[in-house]
Amino acid sequence: MTGSTSSHRPSRTDLAAVVVFAAFALLPAAAAAMGDTFIVFFTIRVMVFAIAAVSLSLILGQGAMVSFGHAAYLGLGAYAVGILAEHGIWDVTVSLPVVLLTCGLFAAITGAISLKTRGVYFIMITLAFGQMAYYTATSLSAYGGDDGLTMWGRTEVFGFAPLGDRTTFYYVVLACLLGVYLLARMIVASRFGRVLKGAKQSEMRLRAVGIDPYPYRLAAYVIAGMMAGLAGALLANAAEFVSPAYMSWHRSGELIVMVVLGGLGSLLGAIVGAASFLVLEELLSHITEHWRLLFGPFLILVVLFGRGGITGLLGKGGRND
Amino acid sequence: MSATLLAVQTLNGLQLGILLFLIAAGLTLVFGVMDCINLAHGVQYMLGAYLAVAAYALTGSFWGALVLALIGALGLGLLLELLVFRHLYDRDHLDQVLATFGVIMFLNEGVKVVWGAAPLSLPMPDLLSGSIVLMDGLLYPVYRIALIGAGLGVALLLYVLVSRTRAGMLVRAGATNPAMVGALGVNIRRLFMLVFGFGTMLAGFAGILAAPILVVEPGMGDNLLILAFVVIVIGGIGSIRGAFLAALIVGLVDTLGRGFATDIAKMVLSPSAANDVGPAIASMLIYVLMAGVLFFRPTGLFPARSG
Repeated sequence: MTGSTSSHRPSRTDLAAVVVFAAFALLPAAAAAMGDTFIVFFTIRVMVFAIAAVSLSLILGQGAMVSFGHAAYLGLGAYAVGILAEHGIWDVTVSLPVVLLTCGLFAAITGAISLKTRGVYFIMITLAFGQMAYYTATSLSAYGGDDGLTMWGRTEVFGFAPLGDRTTFYYVVLACLLGVYLLARMIVASRFGRVLKGAKQSEMRLRAVGIDPYPYRLAAYVIAGMMAGLAGALLANAAEFVSPAYMSWHRSGELIVMVVLGGLGSLLGAIVGAASFLVLEELLSHITEHWRLLFGPFLILVVLFGRGGITGLLGKGGRND
Repeated sequence: MSATLLAVQTLNGLQLGILLFLIAAGLTLVFGVMDCINLAHGVQYMLGAYLAVAAYALTGSFWGALVLALIGALGLGLLLELLVFRHLYDRDHLDQVLATFGVIMFLNEGVKVVWGAAPLSLPMPDLLSGSIVLMDGLLYPVYRIALIGAGLGVALLLYVLVSRTRAGMLVRAGATNPAMVGALGVNIRRLFMLVFGFGTMLAGFAGILAAPILVVEPGMGDNLLILAFVVIVIGGIGSIRGAFLAALIVGLVDTLGRGFATDIAKMVLSPSAANDVGPAIASMLIYVLMAGVLFFRPTGLFPARSG
């Protein structure tokens, strides 16, 4: 596992992070030069899912909590924004706190129950809670039910609607991604993060030095849920549409795939993984509408033969743990 | 909320419970013995239904379709074991989740390519196509009763197999301590393959039984898979007895909840609010039930593996 983020000298990870974020920052200018607007829309999507992937990486990569219901937070965040908009409340000073509170509360309640269990029970319970959120959304007939909810605009700031401008929206999403990434890195490097990692390696040893990992895991779970909620709010704004499909369990599976593709335990990897997944999906769907027919076996092969994900392959030349 | 309606809903709940049991039994065995989480179990249920439709087109008879599809489901299960699952048993759960997720993607899409995305149907056998009067004013389809009977028969057969035969003894021993069973000279690979093949056949059987009363479509296994997870989490992973009880409980709670939640909500809320809230509550019920069970018994009602 890679974990040398605490030194003050710029590490390889720092360098790679600068490269990745510089690429994101320069992309709209490059796209404008090429006259290609699709790629800007596409990259907004990439960055939104990168936020969700980073949040999942925080609990999955650092704490080995295989949450199979993470898409629920994406959906909850989106629905919070959508439902507020349906009632005429567009301002970010209301919607953002509501998004974070809703997702934090849902994470606290479901996490408190799920984290009592271990291993495969945890996977199935998070999956079940995710489905609970999904079915609840589909039965909300007042807010579109199965069909979803169209938003006639985007989140506003004190009556202004800066997100209507594509480039502004792009940089807002980028700023959110940067903020989430830096926050996650700070958490990983802190004592809190070391407790999480310690609990992953040996819970018994951690208990022996007098630390109960449960509250730490729960806190991480809540933080990750709130971060994914932010991604959901951005997703709703990007699509101007909210749908139960955001929280389907396939989406949760795809988020795990993104994190693992990028390399477990690497936050930057989660961003790279999200980008690779979406690019791969886009490329494969140009070949055939049945791109899953190609992606499924690819995924199986990655699991069976390519451990450590893309950053693992690039960075370490295929280390085997 | 009349007595007739209650009786019909109870029977429907039993029937869902039986289907869930057939799926959950294989899932819980594969998990209990191989310590392997198989998300692709739901698509194996779907494949059972599709194979039955294909075999019906070939033979023109439900019974022929049943036999052929069962053999097909077993064959596909063994093929999957050979190609994918065999290499996953000693991996961690995350790898198993990812690889079986890949299998789901492939098979759900593959079914669309072969049979198209439109829903298909399988005709009922003539023998079971009528309805009978169960009580005054209650007409219930024979096929659904037969389905419940067939499921109960399989449950009994499984009980005998697991508790009275040598293979069953090995399965039970494997669920408690697989390493020790291997050390005692049992061919653990063959045991695993057997259990896996049998589990997929059960899921396929459930798919075939469900085909005449539900629509056959891509992704039809996904919802039942999640319900089956809830079942084995409640029942205790690795326990057939737990799976049976939990399947019936989940089937009944879910069906009765959907049938009556809106009516019950109307007692305390205005009709329009009840119409909004009822379905939402109904769809949350089994998850609340699961959370409740886990809160008091974190390893389910009948945990098979101790420690």
